[in-house]
Amino acid sequence: MARDMSQPTDVAIAVNGLDHHFGTGEARKQAIFDVNLQVERGKLTILMGPSGSGKTTVLTLMGCLREVEEGSVNLLGTELNGATEAQLVGLRRRLGFIFQAHNLHESLTATQNVLMGLQVHGPGDQRKQIAAAHHMLALVGLEDRLDYLPGSLSGGQKQRVAVARALVSNPDVIFADEPTAALDKDSGRTVVEMLKALGQERGTTTVMVTHDNRILELADRIVTLEEGRLVRDEFPRRQTLTSAAVKET
Amino acid sequence: MTLLTGRLPIGWLQLAHSRTRLTAALAGVAFANILVFVQLGILGSLNDSTIAPYGLFEADIMISSVDANTLLDGSNVARVRLFQALAVPGVSDAAPLYIQNVEWSRPDGGTSTLQTVGLEPEAAAFIPSRLADVIPQLILPNTILLDSGTRGLAREALEGVTPSTPYRLELSGQTISAIGTVRIGGGFTADGSIYASDQTFLNLFQNRSSAAPNHILVNVDEGLDPDVVVARLQEALPTDVVKIGTKDDTAAADLAYQTTERPTGIIFGFGVIIGIIVGIVIVYQVLSTDVADHLREYATFKAMGYAQRFFLGIVLEEAVILAVLGFIPGVLISWGLYTGMAAATGLPLEMGIGRALSVLVGTILACVLSGVIATRRLAAADPADLF
Ligand SMILES: Nc1ncnc2c1ncn2[C@@H]1O[C@H](COP(=O)(O)OP(=O)(O)O)[C@@H](O)[C@H]1O
Ligand SMILES: [Mg+2]
Repeated sequence: MARDMSQPTDVAIAVNGLDHHFGTGEARKQAIFDVNLQVERGKLTILMGPSGSGKTTVLTLMGCLREVEEGSVNLLGTELNGATEAQLVGLRRRLGFIFQAHNLHESLTATQNVLMGLQVHGPGDQRKQIAAAHHMLALVGLEDRLDYLPGSLSGGQKQRVAVARALVSNPDVIFADEPTAALDKDSGRTVVEMLKALGQERGTTTVMVTHDNRILELADRIVTLEEGRLVRDEFPRRQTLTSAAVKET
Repeated sequence: MTLLTGRLPIGWLQLAHSRTRLTAALAGVAFANILVFVQLGILGSLNDSTIAPYGLFEADIMISSVDANTLLDGSNVARVRLFQALAVPGVSDAAPLYIQNVEWSRPDGGTSTLQTVGLEPEAAAFIPSRLADVIPQLILPNTILLDSGTRGLAREALEGVTPSTPYRLELSGQTISAIGTVRIGGGFTADGSIYASDQTFLNLFQNRSSAAPNHILVNVDEGLDPDVVVARLQEALPTDVVKIGTKDDTAAADLAYQTTERPTGIIFGFGVIIGIIVGIVIVYQVLSTDVADHLREYATFKAMGYAQRFFLGIVLEEAVILAVLGFIPGVLISWGLYTGMAAATGLPLEMGIGRALSVLVGTILACVLSGVIATRRLAAADPADLF
């Protein structure tokens, strides 16, 4: 495809001229205005902006959770505008999602919830899958909560299960929408550090919506939205790196 | 279970997770089952009690008055038709059948309507084999067989009844001896049955005459197709006065008349239809509520890349589990209700295997269909709109 050729290989997501409307008829209202953005592979990109500025909308449009109606989103080489349901299902399997609410399945144990992230790729060898789920839960520090139902886990623990579920199948891109909003400071910090560490280790592209200042330090890039428009695009790490380099000299 | 399906049994885990929700869902399915069973039971008892009297005699063919819809309601048939029938080639035997209801003032002060069947004791070819031993004894005047299932008759009243120790009852001002029993039971037009010889019958009903029985029973030569003889009889007899049909066809026409042309039958038929509709609505409600309750969780799975048939799988798993688990209390309670209703009304109400199986299969189908419809909502929506 021509679009693939024009897109640099280090770009995971290319957004071009993206608009989005909600509602129909008189209630129809534009929420996203001409957003252009190229998300680099293997980097942590943070979406910021006031409440209602369109962060969730952009994230769900990029993550195949909402139909792209105007403009273009190219995710991992596939155009989402006009993509078929089968294409979307296939792409979603290459993504990991972490929502504001943990969205764990209440009837499934921690291990079973993580298994759901593996079994989406097919039944496979049960024993190996369970071992992988246990390993992943251990990485997020839940090795002693393997068979707990979400109902008997704390908020931070639940969100860590959600992280494990999103990461267990080594997704190409992770989308996180205010993953720490419902958590207290310490558990929020733990969750994000885990996300960052595990993502970096695996070279995963991460796009995260957050207001949390302490997390901003970890970002490779910060994109700010206001009233549905992209108003700022910063590369704090490059700057800090540069300024650090300057200081050293 | 996990190893069997290759995936987690999410449908089952989901149901088992919330006991109160499961109990409510099962109660809904069971209630739908009970509703349908009770309606089917009432309609079935009309069918059974319509057909039961046909078991009191054997015949290949019946000749009845053209205006007869049931065993009882038509004009009488002239006895001359019997001789005309005997002259038709292929007819081996013929006998008159008398039927009339009599009011019995029971010793306990109540009244029972008894459907009295009169048949010549010597007409052996028309007597059911299970009665072959006792019928010849009915030659004695004013002896009868009394229905042990008669409504209002104490169960033990007929215990130990034999020709030498009969049960005596007053009918039409005469003392009659029940020397044995038959088992027919009450229906919608009578409370029980009496089996008598033609002579005893004519003695009980002084206004009736041997020249005009209700029906003429006809047997055909062995190996001959009764339908062929029916056609010949229709040629030989005046079909503006009598109608001729095989016994099975006559019984089937009686049943069709009772269930589609008489108010009781129509109402009971409606009851079944309403029961089924309400049952389906309940089952759909149960399944769609369940899907709605889990919408967020399904949306998460959809976001993870699960396809529509995965959700269909979960819901179908739930549908079958609910249908089967709800059926068990449903059929048991219905069976209890049948027993209670049968005891209270004397109507034949039995939980047949066929009926139970059709309701089970119907429940599974209704659950599965409801599940399919309920999950359609999920197919169209963007996952982001479901959270
Ligand atoms: N499902 C929806 N239906 C209608 N309007 C919506 C919907 N989701 C978001 N919006 C509107 O779109 C705008 C952007 O919302 P959102 O992307 O959720 O903002 P943020 O995540 O930055 O808080 C808001 O004005 C919001 O009211
Ligand atoms: Mg938001």
